[in-house]
Amino acid sequence: MLIIDCPWCGKRPEIEFRYGGEAHIARPADPSALTDQEWADFLYSRTNPKGLHAERWRHIHGCGRYFNAVRDTVSDFFVVTYKAGEARPDIGGDK
Amino acid sequence: MLERSMPTPVAANPLDALAASSRPVEAARLTALGPAARLAFRGREAAISPAGDAFGVALPREACRSHQAEGRFALWLGPDEWLLIVPGAEPAPIFAAIEAATAGMPRSLVDVSARSVGIEIAGAKAAFVLNQGCPLDLSLDAFPVGMCTRTVFHKAEIVLVRLAPDIFHIDVWRSFAPYVWELLEEGRRELA
Ligand SMILES: [Zn+2]
Repeated sequence: MLIIDCPWCGKRPEIEFRYGGEAHIARPADPSALTDQEWADFLYSRTNPKGLHAERWRHIHGCGRYFNAVRDTVSDFFVVTYKAGEARPDIGGDK
Repeated sequence: MLERSMPTPVAANPLDALAASSRPVEAARLTALGPAARLAFRGREAAISPAGDAFGVALPREACRSHQAEGRFALWLGPDEWLLIVPGAEPAPIFAAIEAATAGMPRSLVDVSARSVGIEIAGAKAAFVLNQGCPLDLSLDAFPVGMCTRTVFHKAEIVLVRLAPDIFHIDVWRSFAPYVWELLEEGRRELA
């Protein structure tokens, strides 16, 4: 079983968590100003990297909070976790 | 005219029948706990200490820790979320006191007394039995006395509190309670 380090609760078993998709995707401030293609990119296009990936997780059976994690999609290794609202740590990989 | 005084209806504990037919196991004693006042409090910074003052127990600010005093328990569930439990108490006066003390502040307060029921498991093998369905490290170093958290027991979500080295309190939504109880029974069967 994977152990995930919740920024609030500390190291906890994977079964307490839910995946929340790619992190750091801001909703456009004025969607009506976007072209259809730009809006579709916001909704559907994700980086899907081979390697380091910043993504959202929720400690749903714990503190209930969303947070972000950088995970290596090749090894499934969690490199770092950090609280929602904090910048992605500069550790390489796709931005 | 026929006059009758109606008894106050009390929500039946879903564990009554199971607890009545439970066999004693000294190493992991199971108890279905009685009714309790339970309040779910969430609030921003300004509301946290007034809520604790009104409750009579400071709300813990350290993650996964509980405070207790005079039979009142304040459990940290999240950075802005607490579960307040007072066994055997009426929720209304406690609710009113906290509501008044935090009036006008960003917060939410919900009476969830009837949402869940309490189970106590106590004895030298209590942690062993819990670990049949709970994936947390329940050694005293990793899960000390006073620690509390939401977690899972098999496929049910529970709130788990360690009150003493060998005494745990489980708070579980009432429709899941028989499921949790019977799996605890199964876990301790080999100890009988
Ligand atoms: Zn957490």
